[in-house]
Amino acid sequence: MAVIFDFGVQGAQMLLVLLLAPLLTGFTRKVKARLLLRRGPPLVQPYRDLVRLMRKEVVLADNASWLFRVNPYLIFAATWVAASLVPTFRTGLLFSWSADLIAIVALLGSARFFLALAGLDVGTSFGGIGSSREVMIASLAEPAMIMIIFTLALIAGSTQLSTMAGFLVSSAVGLRVSLGLALLALIMVAIAENARIPVDNPATHLELTMVHEAMVLEYSGRHLALIELSASLKLLLYISLIACLFVPWGLVPSGAGLGLLAIGLVAYIAKLIVAGALLALFETSIAKMRVFRVPEFLGAALMLGLLATLLLFVSRSL
Amino acid sequence: MVLLALACAAVLLSTTALAVVVPDEARAGLIVYGVCLIASLALFSIALLALLGISDRPSAVTLPLGIPWLGAHFRLDALSAFFLAVVNLGAAAASLFALGYGRHEDAPRRVLPFYPAFLAGMSIVVLADDAFTFLVSWEFMSLSSWALVMAHHRVGDNVRAGYVYLIMASFGTLALLLTFGLLAGADGGYAFADIRGAHPSTAVATSILILALIGAGSKAGLVPLHVWLPLAHPAAPSHVSALMSGVMTKVAVYGFVRIAFDLIGTPAWWWSMVVLALGGITAVMGVLYALMQHDLKRLLAYHTVENIGIIFIGLGLALAFKAHGMAWAAALALTAGLLHVFNHSIFKSLLFFGAGAVLTSTGERDMEHLGGLIHRMPQTAFVFLVGCAAISALPPLNGFVSEWLTFQAILLSPQLPSWGLKLLVPAVGALLALSAALAAACFVKAFGVTFLGRARTPAAERARETDRFSLAAMFFFAALCLVAGILPGFFIDALAPVTEGLVGDRMPVQGSVDWLSIVPIAESRSSYNGLLVFTFMVLSGALAAWAIHRLASDKLRRAPPWDCGYPDANPATQYTASSFAQPIRRVFGTVVFHAREHVEIPPPGDGRPARLTVELRDPVWDALYAPIAGGIAFAADRLNHLQFLTIRQFLSLVFAALVLLLLVLAIWP
Repeated sequence: MAVIFDFGVQGAQMLLVLLLAPLLTGFTRKVKARLLLRRGPPLVQPYRDLVRLMRKEVVLADNASWLFRVNPYLIFAATWVAASLVPTFRTGLLFSWSADLIAIVALLGSARFFLALAGLDVGTSFGGIGSSREVMIASLAEPAMIMIIFTLALIAGSTQLSTMAGFLVSSAVGLRVSLGLALLALIMVAIAENARIPVDNPATHLELTMVHEAMVLEYSGRHLALIELSASLKLLLYISLIACLFVPWGLVPSGAGLGLLAIGLVAYIAKLIVAGALLALFETSIAKMRVFRVPEFLGAALMLGLLATLLLFVSRSL
Repeated sequence: MVLLALACAAVLLSTTALAVVVPDEARAGLIVYGVCLIASLALFSIALLALLGISDRPSAVTLPLGIPWLGAHFRLDALSAFFLAVVNLGAAAASLFALGYGRHEDAPRRVLPFYPAFLAGMSIVVLADDAFTFLVSWEFMSLSSWALVMAHHRVGDNVRAGYVYLIMASFGTLALLLTFGLLAGADGGYAFADIRGAHPSTAVATSILILALIGAGSKAGLVPLHVWLPLAHPAAPSHVSALMSGVMTKVAVYGFVRIAFDLIGTPAWWWSMVVLALGGITAVMGVLYALMQHDLKRLLAYHTVENIGIIFIGLGLALAFKAHGMAWAAALALTAGLLHVFNHSIFKSLLFFGAGAVLTSTGERDMEHLGGLIHRMPQTAFVFLVGCAAISALPPLNGFVSEWLTFQAILLSPQLPSWGLKLLVPAVGALLALSAALAAACFVKAFGVTFLGRARTPAAERARETDRFSLAAMFFFAALCLVAGILPGFFIDALAPVTEGLVGDRMPVQGSVDWLSIVPIAESRSSYNGLLVFTFMVLSGALAAWAIHRLASDKLRRAPPWDCGYPDANPATQYTASSFAQPIRRVFGTVVFHAREHVEIPPPGDGRPARLTVELRDPVWDALYAPIAGGIAFAADRLNHLQFLTIRQFLSLVFAALVLLLLVLAIWP
């Protein structure tokens, strides 16, 4: 019985992230529009876009290969699996032990690998520019992320997200310098990974500094829908990750009943709302940076992560 | 058991003669590669039986060969068995590949006699149980591989590659010769059993370790001793490149492990710092070099340098834990290193096979002249993609597992008491993470520029799918990449006897963990299940595809590319390997390689095209090798005067030398 319940919770989590992801994107867009004194599209606009795209035919470039057609499914699968393994409202999910935080980040790395290949497949200059900049950003963002994981793993004594969240919510943690550095670095990495301002602009086409949008330029129809959904899922994943590690209050431990689960769910949605609003506020208050300033930005994140890890190697209490 | 293995090696050696005797070249190729395939498979099964403990072990034998009073000692223990398995798995696949690939060889007699000798040399090195046999077979392996590098000696820069390789190989063997001399002592025995009994003082042991790092490291490709590797590995025929990169570097790793973990005794803690620092630098430098290349085979060769760095990080951590008496952690780190040895031998061979297939069907190694091969060579493209994903450490393939284990070992190191290591290990961890991310970037470039996009030359346009033997070898290794990635527990368990023998402990049994997960320490600490991740990915991808095709739309229309409204039919407008790497070159290359870009734009009205030239300098060559080469040239110039002396001057020179020698003898205590 307990197993079936756990199974249900895991399934609910998978559906939840899939359903909430476009809503989060819509919410962020709405808040951004309101901050700019525009009315903005309705909250459900991303769903409508997805449905419309899925119903349309795919217009495929003449020389696109099978890889180009398989990639959206691969990218979606890797991102969805990664997103369903991050605790959102409840820790200790049924399959949470099948991949720890390093594996989750590596899964996102797989998705990026195939997305960058998709950018090169048709052989256009826009695809190439997007891919080559994407891998440049990733080559600094990924090590920064690994350093953040090291910091958290050394504090919690585990790379398992559930164990980490359980430890970080307990009173044994206290205020630590390394945690502060890790949080700052994680936010920087999250901004870069999700192609947000100031690293990249999610709302632009035909701008020479665009990265993510340039890679997916040749996609249309259901393929584009999957890519957009994956991007929304990735944003949700990073916000859930920050919430589960640094704001773990309200996360329900495993074995809790339905009532507690409902509380956890409400807490999670509240966190998403706050995070989405903060993201929109941040994006409207800052200008996009030149593409060759991005390495400095991410290099700072890498150094922060390394510093946090070093502090922990020197003393367990810092 | 060991006798049986030696018999197989003898069969390989006699095949060398066969290659010369058989008159028909095509038939000779068939016979040689066929016999090599069978003999390698036999050796692989022997090694597997010994490793899994099905046969008695360790088995040893002494043959009356070599120096009369010493004889030739051979022994098959767990460590030898593991490396024998790695060597012969690679050798078997390379032979299978060569059954098809070898037919495209212009002058097969330049390859055929040396190929089985090379295989035999590598197998005997890991079986040798005394210093003399080890060194002789090591040198045999080096020289036969040198002959294979020189097989295409009229092509391009291959003569220089062979020259640099010969010098570096001799230098490495010299270092190993001195290593074994110090290990055995002034009057000690040269059998490994005697060497284990001799306990060298700390100063001597330190020199031994440094010399072993130089000797084995120069063969493995540790920075700064790597210079020959990216020249020599691509110069050989592709199946030999696969063996040199995938397998021979592992024999060098074997040499280091045998000396540092087995023969030398208890390690001092700070040795591990040297190994770790070298490993970290090698990993990052190797991948940065690779990113700057546009020759497909040279890129792969530089990646071998990177992976050797990752392996040495694992070995360095194991040394550190062993020196501090944390045997269980040492077992984890050593397992990570050895598993990466196995994994790298698989995917690097696979990638070199793929490069060979591209080379035979287009005649090009330069990625700037390729492109769009996924349409002409779909099966090669698929297996090459699997290899690229595996070497980029992407789950659920095998490269991820060994890097994940290395990260887990790094996370154990705050428990080490020494401060030097506490400060060094996080930095090495950052270097490892950086190299993993850069490797992914590099293989997006390698696959994307070679196989995707549009054909850049007519040669790439006319490419055809490669032969069935080559495809069989590549598909076999691609499948192995997946199997080792989703069922890593069995491979980790197979390494248990090796770590038990070397550091006195083993990782927990993985084969019996629920759901075939791997749990290196405890389940609350970390676990990974490649099988489940793979299943979930397949299920969710299939579910999405089914749902969309069923419920939404499955219509598709072909049209010209969009490219924001400005598509250009000229394939030269695509991104090339150099332009793809340009952002990374600007970020890392300006510091490491002093990369400079010069743009020449002709004045208005001038019809000439603008030119962009990129200038890169090799820091290692400039700082280390150029001064040495300059010094030798200078000394040679000076000594040249000796050639033109008169007969009286020669006689006085001889007399002076005689007096000097007698003086030395008289003063010698």
